[in-house]
Amino acid sequence: MISFLSHLVNGISLGSVYAIIALGYSMVYGIAKMLNFAHGDVIMIGGYITFCATQYWGLPPVVSVLAAMLVCTVLGVIIERLAYKPLRAASSLAVLITAIGMSYFLQNSAQLIWGANPKSFPSVVNIPTLYLLDGRLLISGETMVTVLANIVIMISLTLFTGKTKMGRAMRAVSEDRGAAELMGINVNATISLTFAIGSALAAVAGVLLCSSYPALMPTTGSMPGIKAFTAAVFGGIGSIPGALIGGILLGVIEILGKAYVSTELGDAFVFAVLIVVLLVKPTGLLGKKVHEKV
Amino acid sequence: MKKFFAAVLAMALAMSCFAFASAEGEIKIGVIGPTTGPAAVYGLAVERGAQIAVDEINALGGLQLALNPQDDENDAEKGINAYNDVMDWGAQMILGTVTTTPCIAVSADAYEERVFMLTPSASSTKVIEGKDNVYQVCFTDPAQGAASAQYIADHKLATKVGIIYNNASDYSVGIYQTFMQKAAELNLDVVAETTFSDDNNADFSVQIAECKNAGADLIFLPIYYTPASMILAQAKTAEYAPVFFGVDGMDGILTMEGFDKTLAEGVMLLTPFSADAEDDLTKNFVAKYQQAHNEVPNQFAADAYDGVYALYAAIQNAGITAETSYEEACELLIAEMQKIEVVGLTGTMTWAATGEVDKTPTAVVIENGVYVGVK
Repeated sequence: MISFLSHLVNGISLGSVYAIIALGYSMVYGIAKMLNFAHGDVIMIGGYITFCATQYWGLPPVVSVLAAMLVCTVLGVIIERLAYKPLRAASSLAVLITAIGMSYFLQNSAQLIWGANPKSFPSVVNIPTLYLLDGRLLISGETMVTVLANIVIMISLTLFTGKTKMGRAMRAVSEDRGAAELMGINVNATISLTFAIGSALAAVAGVLLCSSYPALMPTTGSMPGIKAFTAAVFGGIGSIPGALIGGILLGVIEILGKAYVSTELGDAFVFAVLIVVLLVKPTGLLGKKVHEKV
Repeated sequence: MKKFFAAVLAMALAMSCFAFASAEGEIKIGVIGPTTGPAAVYGLAVERGAQIAVDEINALGGLQLALNPQDDENDAEKGINAYNDVMDWGAQMILGTVTTTPCIAVSADAYEERVFMLTPSASSTKVIEGKDNVYQVCFTDPAQGAASAQYIADHKLATKVGIIYNNASDYSVGIYQTFMQKAAELNLDVVAETTFSDDNNADFSVQIAECKNAGADLIFLPIYYTPASMILAQAKTAEYAPVFFGVDGMDGILTMEGFDKTLAEGVMLLTPFSADAEDDLTKNFVAKYQQAHNEVPNQFAADAYDGVYALYAAIQNAGITAETSYEEACELLIAEMQKIEVVGLTGTMTWAATGEVDKTPTAVVIENGVYVGVK
């Protein structure tokens, strides 16, 4: 029983990292209607900026995270402006391929700047481990912070898209880009803002990812990026609570699959569940079914 | 416009011919390894280590060597492309490839075409099996696995052993298998065998919990240092402190930037090279490497350095010159490799006809953030 609970905690810990990445993925998809495959690599850049800020410039953790958010926000907007904006009218396949190209570009740039050697990321979380059930169940500070960050981000994103003018503009662009433009919404500025928010979230995700799993290298973001994309699809891509639930479920399934089925089949298990969910509910767990009117 | 592009293309082609044009009389050595992608750290280390050795040799006057490093991205198909590139350049022998997977592919071609290969670091027996022209600078995986089990049993380090290995890597699986064989012979009690793969190498909580619940007091880690650093950190989070025992892939963990060295306190490993060794050869090499690249060399760099010196010794003895064809050089080098003895950074080496190296692994334990030799 204790071992089941501790596997569950580990699953939530891993899943909440996926969730925080999936939030950014899902938001950009929901509004810009494009899969930003470079999202995982913006996470990696966020990790490196935080690493430099704490190790080389001696900044306190909170300032480092803010610096990483700032750099990633600027980076996200620049990527959008240079690589995606010129393709606004192009087919979605062209944008997808550009995003994959951008992903490789970021990875190789990081290798040029910081080298290929992996760096060990010192955790920015300074909260002691929580002991439950006479110390037999441990919950690390990183897990608590990640879960908390997820909840805060989810609530603030939901409020932002629901209550503010900019947020409503985002939803309008998501629903019908042409009609939104006719209503006087600046579509380009709205999409840029989406990328800015998504990339700032990526920086936070990068810091939390590397705090829990401390090896930082140019390819750090790619696998978690793919898993988080899966999580976003699982939860219903475009849905903010869906990304959170999808991410956490994915982590729990992966860990329990590894623990009780086979350590080799953890991933196979995750993707098998995804296939089943998509067969039963093609829009994902919380995805909305949109009827196309002709 | 078309003409302009054609002219640019022609220029580029002409330039690329000059790029690796070597001076008259140099012996040409092709180097193949991953210099981009996730395994780039190994390929870059080999390229840099080899270059230091070549610079030293060329500075002596006399025999001159030229290197042409090509990237294989740790991929079998790209390894063959890189092999074709260095052969087109006129390579007379190959130092490489760095990693096992492309090495198996490239060595098969090199065997067919009679090109001599000395791999600094591809340690699988599949690399040398049935090929008389392929030699290794590093230990073979079986040698490491058996030596580790022997060492653990001889020094009574553990009553119950757990293992975490990478079942997607020939290197890790090879060491694991021979470790298990030897452990059975020596009655070592292996209580937990857990695995991970390259795509799933961040979360080790399940593997650690399994070893912990089985009561393992030593965990054998036949893996590279990046996942090992994650395992050490996560074992600490889980408040589990067995003895960790690694092999040569663990080497480099202390030089990982930002690594909390207290995590590695008490970690033991078998390794042929330690950057902290006090002999003049190591000190000279580490200083040159640090000056040029601003980082501490790992075992791959040392293996490559030794590899160049082994080739140098064999070339001199065999009287190979820039005019020797690669087929001739191959037969001459095969004969010489079995005769030479090279004192290098990774120990005193001799070679068997199988291509396997003979040198002594040394056990070190990490104390206060540095390697300390174990008697």
